[in-house]
Amino acid sequence: MVVETGFSSPRTDAFPAGLRVLVVDDDPTWLKILEKMLKKCFYEVTTCCLAREALNLLRQRKDSYDIVISDVNMPDMDGFKLLEHVGLEMDLPVISQFSMANVVCSAFFYSSNSIEPLSHKLRLCNVAVMSVDGETRRVMKGVQHGACDYLLKPIRMKELRNIWQHVFRKKIHEVRDIESMEGIESIHMARSGSELFDDGSFLGGEDTTSGRKRKDADNKRDDKDLGDPSSTKKARVVWTVDLHQKFVKAVNQIGYDKVGPKKILDLMNVPWLTRENVASHLQKYRLYLSRLQKEGDVKNSFMGMKHSDTPPKDSTAGSGLRNSINLTQDNVSNGSFSFPVNHTLAPSVDLKGHEGDRKGITSGPMTELKGPFSIDISGPRKAKSSKISFDHSLGSVDSVVNFASFGPTDTAQYSWNEIPEIQFKQEYEPLQLENGFSQLPLPGLQHHMLPEYLQPAVSVSPGPSITEKEATSSGFEVKSMYDEYRSNHAKHSSQTEAVGESHSLNNQVFKSISTTTSSMKSQDTIPNHLTVSEFSPKNLYEGVGAEDLQLCWPQGDCYATNFGLQGLDCTEHNNPAIVSETPFHLYDHPFDPTEYYASDQGLFA
Amino acid sequence: MDLVKLQRQLVDYRDSLYHECFLDEQFTQLQELQDENNPDFVVEVVSLFFEDSERLLNELTKALEQQSIDFKRVDAHVHQLKGSSSSIGAQRVQKSCIAFRNYCEEQNVEGCLTCLQLVRQEYYLVKSKLEALFKLEQQILSAGGSIPI
Repeated sequence: MVVETGFSSPRTDAFPAGLRVLVVDDDPTWLKILEKMLKKCFYEVTTCCLAREALNLLRQRKDSYDIVISDVNMPDMDGFKLLEHVGLEMDLPVISQFSMANVVCSAFFYSSNSIEPLSHKLRLCNVAVMSVDGETRRVMKGVQHGACDYLLKPIRMKELRNIWQHVFRKKIHEVRDIESMEGIESIHMARSGSELFDDGSFLGGEDTTSGRKRKDADNKRDDKDLGDPSSTKKARVVWTVDLHQKFVKAVNQIGYDKVGPKKILDLMNVPWLTRENVASHLQKYRLYLSRLQKEGDVKNSFMGMKHSDTPPKDSTAGSGLRNSINLTQDNVSNGSFSFPVNHTLAPSVDLKGHEGDRKGITSGPMTELKGPFSIDISGPRKAKSSKISFDHSLGSVDSVVNFASFGPTDTAQYSWNEIPEIQFKQEYEPLQLENGFSQLPLPGLQHHMLPEYLQPAVSVSPGPSITEKEATSSGFEVKSMYDEYRSNHAKHSSQTEAVGESHSLNNQVFKSISTTTSSMKSQDTIPNHLTVSEFSPKNLYEGVGAEDLQLCWPQGDCYATNFGLQGLDCTEHNNPAIVSETPFHLYDHPFDPTEYYASDQGLFA
Repeated sequence: MDLVKLQRQLVDYRDSLYHECFLDEQFTQLQELQDENNPDFVVEVVSLFFEDSERLLNELTKALEQQSIDFKRVDAHVHQLKGSSSSIGAQRVQKSCIAFRNYCEEQNVEGCLTCLQLVRQEYYLVKSKLEALFKLEQQILSAGGSIPI
């Protein structure tokens, strides 16, 4: 395990060079590769192969890192748990890495504020989670746990070059949020002047704190959204492990059922803490618990806060998280998703003037989004993925499928009142994955689309595009989804600005949601199941399906060139018995990305 | 040996590895990451991969020898192997891992054993191919030449 520490001061004018990244991955090969890639981006890299160690590093020097990239498949600690911890305790961006996962799901959930109790922090957090599996479920989890983005392995340099955007975006949105808040703020100040900026002491003294303060303001806005008029812009409270423990202790003492912000506040006996702080945290905590409950619940399907007699002590203890993270397919059964959508995935959050990050990202496009998103399952599909990584993920149908499993959980989480919830009923028929898979070649295309997505100004498709298309739920094809994504992306690429990740995430999520149906499978090799009836050494690769297809895809950005090489060459295997030619037939379809952009319009109509 | 000849040999050999899907684009990415600061980057990464893979293959063998096989554990190992093989672009190994995971899910012992054999076979194949490639590179460098892209 290689650990370098970069305790440099916050970024200066060289930004994004010097971005301080913490990479967590148990695979030494990937760790080395990522380290090299990040260094090439002129980032300051610290590597870690143990999640626990990463947490320690983060706790010790909270302001030493600007962004965390974490693998989700780690033996010592689930990457999601790490996300939770980071989210609860720190204010760092987290990016999830997934391999050929469904970006759709992640995007969607991430964009919705109500995703997780940590959303508050994680939204602004740039923690990247990585994963090599194609499970949508995992991607969803990542997002649920606050990942601000997810990358699919194999990760490309271009994707890493863009991670600074998360950090940057957060900052600029914070500024914007604050500015927009000023009017209201002044009013509130008059009303509750004593409650303002009482946690200044909790903020560090670094440059980043200014951003933090603004973020706090944003966070406080959450309170406002919650309907508490007196909670004006306050400096945000950093819920440290200790503080959270006090909180949990108080909650347990009072009794979860009878708990209330005032009571907790009194018990906690923390002078600088306000009722609003506690209320806000309590809400998140409740969501968090209910999510844990749901995940642990085979039956699932209860919305809102579920009372738990023994709520997890604190997020750091996290033992409960492990369970919670293992969403079971059972949860999907109820098939109703509640999407915390304010018409738009990511934008919704922004519309509410939530965390700057999200807001900034989508604020622009958001305004345009009005769509009856909520009910329209096809709506999400419209979402575009502005993220490069999404392109990768689009390719995996299985992730889409897995997404469904998150349904119940999402429901619980989205009961968060900050974000209007929309009940998604699975009105459509199960996605015909088989059909989808036949279209799988397209995912590969996504890879090639990457270059286009790389521009920082990636824009997320605003509402209009979404609303325009009334994707038909049944008979939905993965292919069309991807086309849509691409076309959407193409259309809005000019918009750029902070749009991007969260939005694209949302889009991705929606897409997966819409495409997934009840055919949830827990394996990342679902495609295999779908496409192959039996396995035999000879057919091993044939049955691989989507994932395999993805693997077959040239993974470079210059797909055109790769195509030529791999498409032709792969069929010349010395050992045809081993490698099925099925995936390679895809190479026979040279396509032009632009064609897809043009053609998708009608697909969802 | 003639330097030019060596270089051509290397290019041809490397191309064949791509053609036969022993390697994929990811390997190219690795090569692109290599620079003056890390002149042995690719070799180092690949060595890490070899170490990790052999460890995982041993674990897999052990796990599948158990009386009562813990498929989850087996799957976890395969998943890891799949991940690291994807990191260097060892496509065939990666694909064989995918198939392996399917059998794990089905808790099909025979299938798993067959897959393990297959994965191992693919691994050793790619290992020997890469070692041959590195050897060629070394020869070229020793002869004072540079490695053609």
